[in-house]
Amino acid sequence: MSARASRTGRSLFLLAPLLLFLAGFFVWPLFSMMSQAVSDTAVLRLLPQSAEVLAGWDRKSPPTPEMQTALIADLKAVEDTQALGDMVRRLNSARSGFRTLMSKTTSALSDEADPPADLVSIDKRWERPEFWLAIADALSPLTDRNLLAAVDLGRNADGEIEHLPADQSVNRVILVRTFWISALVTFACIAIGYPYAIIAASLSGWKRDVMLAAVLLPLWTSLLVRTAAWFILLQEQGLINDVLQMLGLTSGPVQLIFNRTGVVIAMTHVLLPFMVLPIYSVLITIPKNLMPAAASLGAHPLRAFLRVLLPLSLRGVAAGSLLVFISAIGYYITPALIGGPGDQMISSIIAFYAIGSANWGMAGALGVVLLAATLVLYSVYARLSADEPGRR
Amino acid sequence: MRRRRSFLLPGGEKVAEGRMRGPALCPTARAREPLLAEFIRFDRITKFYGPLCVVENLDLGIGKGEFVSLLGPSGSGKTTLLMMLAGFEQPTSGTILVDGQAVNDVPTHKRDMGVVFQSYALFPHMTVGENIAFPLEMRGLGKAEIADRVTRALDMVQLSAMRERRPAQLSGGQQQRVALARALVFEPRVVLMDEPLGALDKQLREQMQLDIRDLHRRLGLTIVFVTHDQSEALTMSDRVAVFNKGKIEQIGTPRQVYDEPATRFVAEFIGETNLIEGVVARISGGEAAVRLASGAEIVSAVSGGVAEGATVYLSVRPERIELAEARNAAHNCLETEVTDSVYQGDHLRVELAAGSHPLIAKLGRRSREFEPGTKVFAAFSAGDCRVIAPPDGQRQAAAS
Repeated sequence: MSARASRTGRSLFLLAPLLLFLAGFFVWPLFSMMSQAVSDTAVLRLLPQSAEVLAGWDRKSPPTPEMQTALIADLKAVEDTQALGDMVRRLNSARSGFRTLMSKTTSALSDEADPPADLVSIDKRWERPEFWLAIADALSPLTDRNLLAAVDLGRNADGEIEHLPADQSVNRVILVRTFWISALVTFACIAIGYPYAIIAASLSGWKRDVMLAAVLLPLWTSLLVRTAAWFILLQEQGLINDVLQMLGLTSGPVQLIFNRTGVVIAMTHVLLPFMVLPIYSVLITIPKNLMPAAASLGAHPLRAFLRVLLPLSLRGVAAGSLLVFISAIGYYITPALIGGPGDQMISSIIAFYAIGSANWGMAGALGVVLLAATLVLYSVYARLSADEPGRR
Repeated sequence: MRRRRSFLLPGGEKVAEGRMRGPALCPTARAREPLLAEFIRFDRITKFYGPLCVVENLDLGIGKGEFVSLLGPSGSGKTTLLMMLAGFEQPTSGTILVDGQAVNDVPTHKRDMGVVFQSYALFPHMTVGENIAFPLEMRGLGKAEIADRVTRALDMVQLSAMRERRPAQLSGGQQQRVALARALVFEPRVVLMDEPLGALDKQLREQMQLDIRDLHRRLGLTIVFVTHDQSEALTMSDRVAVFNKGKIEQIGTPRQVYDEPATRFVAEFIGETNLIEGVVARISGGEAAVRLASGAEIVSAVSGGVAEGATVYLSVRPERIELAEARNAAHNCLETEVTDSVYQGDHLRVELAAGSHPLIAKLGRRSREFEPGTKVFAAFSAGDCRVIAPPDGQRQAAAS
């Protein structure tokens, strides 16, 4: 028993670097990203006294003097103007009018010469429970606002979930576009990668090595370099357009860049190895004599393919499609450089929220949506592959 | 191990109890004359793989209903010939005729030949029943007829209970029988077998040999059977073609290739033999007197192609040698000394030295024991001995 325990201990010791790495650079960032999406402390952080008092409020009656005193004390204690801005933005998004109310209130409170007696004396609106209700709701440390906004939903004044107005509804369009581009890329990878893998698996020796090296080459090159190369190839005076015109296939240059076509071409190239390699690895395990056997039994090559090779290699196609699709929905650089404004994918929006507007909540929420989509896809794949016929 | 009953004959009544193994014991039924009507013809077939010649200018005819084994060591071209007949490979030159029609340009799926592969080649994603139904579906048969014929084929190989299983759930022998049923169910005009029993254990292999032989006789199938196992070829075939380096060394009934080997390769490849080198002293009336290096003279049966003065080999099968204490005038007699004696159950194997030349004798189990060092005479008749002419190149070398 102790021998086994010591063996387990040794195994854990050897695994420790991996486990620590995973915990530090995978689990924790993932967790913090997801918690960013649902955490909402912009108001609570600044109004700790109000939070205590508001906890005892019945949410209907007009504000009590204690509540007003607590809020005044909290607001006076605020020194970080940026945090204050965050809080005002947060409150204003829940209840419009907060921005003017707050700026009026804070400027009145900072007036040392004539300190106001209470909030209602600054602005009559402080008498109304709606504003206090907005504060009370915003005090909760958890929120579903970001997650709902990620799929163009929001809560109305009554707390019911409803569609956001059209001018705020871009995420869903971009999500659909992301899945559509990913699906196109996946189909293109199947169309190119499946025959390619069949040919590679049927060869031997240096020919097979060359074919595999050709498909692996993109993996060994920097993503940025590959994308830049496509930039050169696809532009109006680029190699592809020159060749097309030289062959007389087109009279003028074809628009291949800054549109959907270019994005799909470049992404297909980059993701092709993830399709070819799983299919190839399944194909080489299929006994070589099955196709000759089918032919000897009277099957035309096409029927032999449909009845024997295709069903046996479908597992590889499914695995490859999953890899390509999941990688594709997270693509950022390629659509950003090769695509036009109508080709930006969800990662660009995440990057905009994270880097551009420092809205970590929205960035996290969109990330959660992406992760959820991936997990759903993976579970579908796992379910399908478990029923795979011919599995041993 | 319990002997499995024949899968072809429910009662197993046709399978004789005393099993014929050695070709020496082979019944005369085996010597049935081949080539009833020529069905398959290989006409000057040559096959190159790059610079490597695997089949060289080969001619071979196979009769309808005949069981022909292609026997030879690996790399001798026998499997390549089978693959060309099946249409998996194209001959570099030459014509393959089936039923009078050249099939060189006919694709495999139109050749109507059942192929049994060494590794079975069953479709792993289909059940046993679906595997056997496959050739029938390809021929567009109706559902009811397919089901009926699959049932009969499964009965034939006694695997009816396995219909819904997948190949991976069967034993090697069962998989082999499924492959056999699949190759026979569409009643092909030729059945090609590429070392189909190679992966089975000895007992099962011998049972399958008899089963396939019975199947051949009952259904009148034309079978081309590739093997490197000489006893398998002798057991099953009407005729055996012995392959070496892309050529046929000899073709004949099992009795012919065993008793009358045409070349040294055939003599050594099929069964065990004693090869004794000597010079032909005289030839008269189908017999040749061959003088050995020791000065002794041996009288042997001879066929054409040997001239007086030529250096030849004499082939004597070990089981044809008798050991006697006194010289017997009617036989060839060599004075020998026993060097070793091994009891092997069904026979006694005695190793002898005739001067410096080693000899092997296999004696019946009733023979007495021989102590090493005993002086004995190795006796054999002229008819038990064959003169094998050396190949052309060697003959010239011997003459110079």
